[in-house]
Amino acid sequence: MGGHGLYVWLSYGLSFLVIGLLVWRVRSARRAFVRQARARAQRLSAEPQAK
Amino acid sequence: MSLKTLWHKLGSPRWFYELSGPWTTGFGVAAALLLAVGCVWALAIAPEDYQQGNSYRIMYIHVPTAILAQSVYMTLGVAGVILLVWRMKLADMVLACAVPFGLWMTALALVTGAIWGKPTWGTWWVWDARIVSMLVQLFLFFGLYALREAIPRADAAGRACAVLAIVGLVNIPIIKYSVDWWLTLHQPSSNLLTGPTMPSEMYLPLFVNIIGFYCLYAYVLLASLRLEILRREEKTQWVQQQLQQPLPQQPQAV
Repeated sequence: MGGHGLYVWLSYGLSFLVIGLLVWRVRSARRAFVRQARARAQRLSAEPQAK
Repeated sequence: MSLKTLWHKLGSPRWFYELSGPWTTGFGVAAALLLAVGCVWALAIAPEDYQQGNSYRIMYIHVPTAILAQSVYMTLGVAGVILLVWRMKLADMVLACAVPFGLWMTALALVTGAIWGKPTWGTWWVWDARIVSMLVQLFLFFGLYALREAIPRADAAGRACAVLAIVGLVNIPIIKYSVDWWLTLHQPSSNLLTGPTMPSEMYLPLFVNIIGFYCLYAYVLLASLRLEILRREEKTQWVQQQLQQPLPQQPQAV
């Protein structure tokens, strides 16, 4: 990179880190929400039977 | 489907959720492919610049993120108008979901610009009109984020964010024309569609990366909106049915 490698790789590295973070964040948030929502639904359906 | 019908249908989160599933996957795949091709092209195939050497390759990240940051803000402004005038739920969700992406793109544009500035201008930062107006946009994104967190009532928070998003639109032409209105260190903007001032082997990878970043934005926004719809409509029967389905395996956009 003719002495500019640090600047170029730093820019690309940071950008792909941010892109990865944004994609991971939305995917993991969805998985977590679905898991929690399913657990809530199961609790609600189990409650009347327990009574 | 007529535009009027589409407009009315957009008022239904359920309709939007069902429609957006395949689009989300498509944009994710397109973003991964385009960014992979664009970045390999930019780093390994595009020729070296005769003045700046290899440091100009930062442009292939810096320009798409800067353009996208402004596009995200314009999305917020439009969503703000729709929310205030037509009170569409989806517009409020867009206002909530697009902010983190816009904030990160603005930050990336500023950071990659600073990194590019060091070998080109000899400094990481100057109080230049273009750079300062982008910094103002970053603060606007922070403001939108903080405002939503600070107001407990969701509808009031949405309206406040809509007003701030619309007011902040005034900064968009300032960013765009700052290089013409003031004497700046930043280079003048070039129009890629009407005649870029560089050879095709240099601007084609830039064009690919710009489209790739837009696809990434579409992917992240749609995926966030779909999650937000599930959250807000959790108690409805159709969401309960959706939740029984196995978790979708969406493509990784990186």
